[in-house]
Amino acid sequence: MTNEPALVREGPAHAGTPILQTVGIRKRYPGVLALDAVDFDLRPGEVHILFGENGAGKSTLISILAGVQRPTAGEVRYRGERVDLQSVHHARSLGISAVFQEFSLVPQMTVEENLFLGAEITRGGILDKGNLHRRAQDIIARLGFPLRPNQRIEHLSRAEQQMVEIAKAFRSDLSVLILDEPTASLTERETERLFALIDQVKAQGVGVVYITHRMQEIRRIGDRITVLRDGRYVATLDARSATEDELVRLMTGRVISELFPKVKFAPGEERLRIDRLTTGRRTVVDASLSVRAGEIVGLAGLVGSGKSEVMRAVFGLEAVASGRVYLKGEDVTGATTRALLRRGFFYLPPDRREEGLVMMRSCRENMSLPSLDVPPFGRGPLLDRAGEARKVAELGDRMNLRPRRVERAVDHFSGGNQQKVLLAKCLTRSVDVYVFDEPTVGVDVGTRAAIYAFIRDLCEAGAAVVLISSDLPEIINLACRAYVFYRGRVQAELVGHEITEQSLLARFFEREVA
Amino acid sequence: MVSRDSDIAAPKRDLGYWIRFSFVRLGILPILLIAAVVIFALMSDNFLTVRNLTNVVRQSVYLMIVSLGQMFALLTGGFDLSVGTILAITSVVGASAMASAYAMMPDAVGLAILIGVLAGIAAGVAVGLCNGIGVALLGVSPFIMTLGMSSVGFGIALYLTGGVPVYGMPVEFGEIFGFGELFGIPVPVYIAALLAILTYLFVNWTRQGRYFYAVGGNIKAARLSGINTRVTLFVTYVLCALLTSIAGMLLTARLDTGEANIGASMPLESIAACVIAGVSLRGGVGRVENVVLGALFIVLVQNGMNLARIESYLQIVVLGGLLILAVIADQIRLRYIASARD
Repeated sequence: MTNEPALVREGPAHAGTPILQTVGIRKRYPGVLALDAVDFDLRPGEVHILFGENGAGKSTLISILAGVQRPTAGEVRYRGERVDLQSVHHARSLGISAVFQEFSLVPQMTVEENLFLGAEITRGGILDKGNLHRRAQDIIARLGFPLRPNQRIEHLSRAEQQMVEIAKAFRSDLSVLILDEPTASLTERETERLFALIDQVKAQGVGVVYITHRMQEIRRIGDRITVLRDGRYVATLDARSATEDELVRLMTGRVISELFPKVKFAPGEERLRIDRLTTGRRTVVDASLSVRAGEIVGLAGLVGSGKSEVMRAVFGLEAVASGRVYLKGEDVTGATTRALLRRGFFYLPPDRREEGLVMMRSCRENMSLPSLDVPPFGRGPLLDRAGEARKVAELGDRMNLRPRRVERAVDHFSGGNQQKVLLAKCLTRSVDVYVFDEPTVGVDVGTRAAIYAFIRDLCEAGAAVVLISSDLPEIINLACRAYVFYRGRVQAELVGHEITEQSLLARFFEREVA
Repeated sequence: MVSRDSDIAAPKRDLGYWIRFSFVRLGILPILLIAAVVIFALMSDNFLTVRNLTNVVRQSVYLMIVSLGQMFALLTGGFDLSVGTILAITSVVGASAMASAYAMMPDAVGLAILIGVLAGIAAGVAVGLCNGIGVALLGVSPFIMTLGMSSVGFGIALYLTGGVPVYGMPVEFGEIFGFGELFGIPVPVYIAALLAILTYLFVNWTRQGRYFYAVGGNIKAARLSGINTRVTLFVTYVLCALLTSIAGMLLTARLDTGEANIGASMPLESIAACVIAGVSLRGGVGRVENVVLGALFIVLVQNGMNLARIESYLQIVVLGGLLILAVIADQIRLRYIASARD
């Protein structure tokens, strides 16, 4: 096995053996090498940040450390000794606990039942409910989370569910705590409490593996940072001295200016206006915004802040309670998805597997699906299969689909190419307002650059583009205006040079205006 | 640099490779079909005769048409357990209407047949309308909706007839649609062929046809692509009922009576025919031409077992076993596909 570390690694600061270590870890999925000879080590009492793009291998690495997946090659060492982590249960018995982004909670069960799921305390074969209840209360009190042990998970908000997930990790003795973007849906106060807790466990000698994209968090709690790219180890740096530019360069393999194209904005007439929109579920409250032709408008905010929901409501995916939506001056409030497509509004969802593509069908069928009612794809109720084949071949070329086999099921393509198929869908009909919701999730750097160029081309051709993104550099480098959402409301509108990481992040957490 | 695929050798192209290749590409059906023909040809001399094979085709007409309907339900990720009941209610209502019309105007045979056929199909489609409303508009799961309707419909069919077969249809109905032949080929075969061709064209060459696959493959993606998923689901169950009730009238013609007890085995047989033909139970995958073959295969096996003098109770065992085998084979196939992604 060849292994070439890109940079000389920082020498050990502590003398003791690492609490957890991987040596030449590899993980192969059908068709992809998710991890390629990655060395990683975690010392007791440190917070080790894993940094990298989506798809860089961070999640695969932590799922191996947590016993969810088993490596194809290489070994995991726990306190210097080789271990073969069989299962999550096995990892837990060693004190390794992980909090993933995807929750593993049973919605129909209560907080305390979930906390001890798989580790129930019994007496004589019968659940010791009194004991369980007391211990659940202890854990929650220690963490200072506003939870009640007998609440049902399905009645909790996303942030509260996140807290339950975190609390689960604390139910038994800890030696390694793994956190995957734990603050994504926490408020500033809850985040501070989590950080205090991390400081506390650090002092007890627990090693913490922490995945985040946020510079602020890295500075606040990080000790060392390991950067991964395309499944390979890139570098390990000291968190206090690392600069953002350096991290981004290591993460993407290029400087920011290369990744993001320069867009020539030529704002024209107003294409979309949203006037005091409130959704039925109150995911969006009283939000107003406008988008003009020839500009890219960024929507930023935390998960569940309303940045995505506002456009979903426009597209007929969420019920509108009050407010109006105007598309090219025409009132389209509450119109169906189909009607909006016909009028030139196109929303591309963030999760291509979940909502974007029909995975087992071909690229051809997926690309043409939104436009079978218009030429060259259809004539009346009939399909024009020759016209469809021609247009799809053309789109395959334009998107540089690899391999260029449009009859193949989408499922058999790489993530980046699946994303290209998704993007191609909006080129099948004439569109005035494009909405991209997290367009670069789970794609490699090359495809990312291609997607940004794609968005630039649309904008420069005179389209109105809305870019919804949790990736701050995307908003900062592509948008000419940005709206920041917080708890369903538009917190701020920033123009041009006002769009910086600080100005955006500050408004992510700000208290609601009274 | 690490070579990514250094440890994946090119597969050897021996016989095992080609068997696996055709299995992955075409599914289990060709293998089963060949196996069945070989086994039954060895077991009975009468099996591979023109007369017997014509017979198989004639007998498979009813299952084939129902399976085409069932395919729509499976494509959209559901299924229709009420096809047996639709056959029964079509048969009973159609026969009663035809018999009454014939009794009132003994001279207008054609009109009586037309009235009867339309009434029967209308009754069958009514069950489909209920299924469609339940599944598409009210969000009831296809399992519960069609299971419930199969009880409701069967009850109505028994109530209407008191459990007694309905007689009194004009003889011509049975003579033409049950036993009639044109150029040596039975009339029902023409009708089944016509329906199969229409279904093929509908599924592959119309917008709505494409939508069945999209809705079954990923209903959210379909909705975001501007497809009216409710209409698509609704049409699914109505179409399934329409095809099934046509089969119901043909079966009534063959039996010369209206019966509430026909079709009890139809849900199982039609789902088996589709699944063996590679229609995915998860929705979004399936081909009309394979479903036709799947139905032929099931009837072929039944016919072969009859010739080989296998007891009818044991035949039911074999049929259930084949269904489960087909599902297992489908799982294995998916695993092959997952591991063979290039």
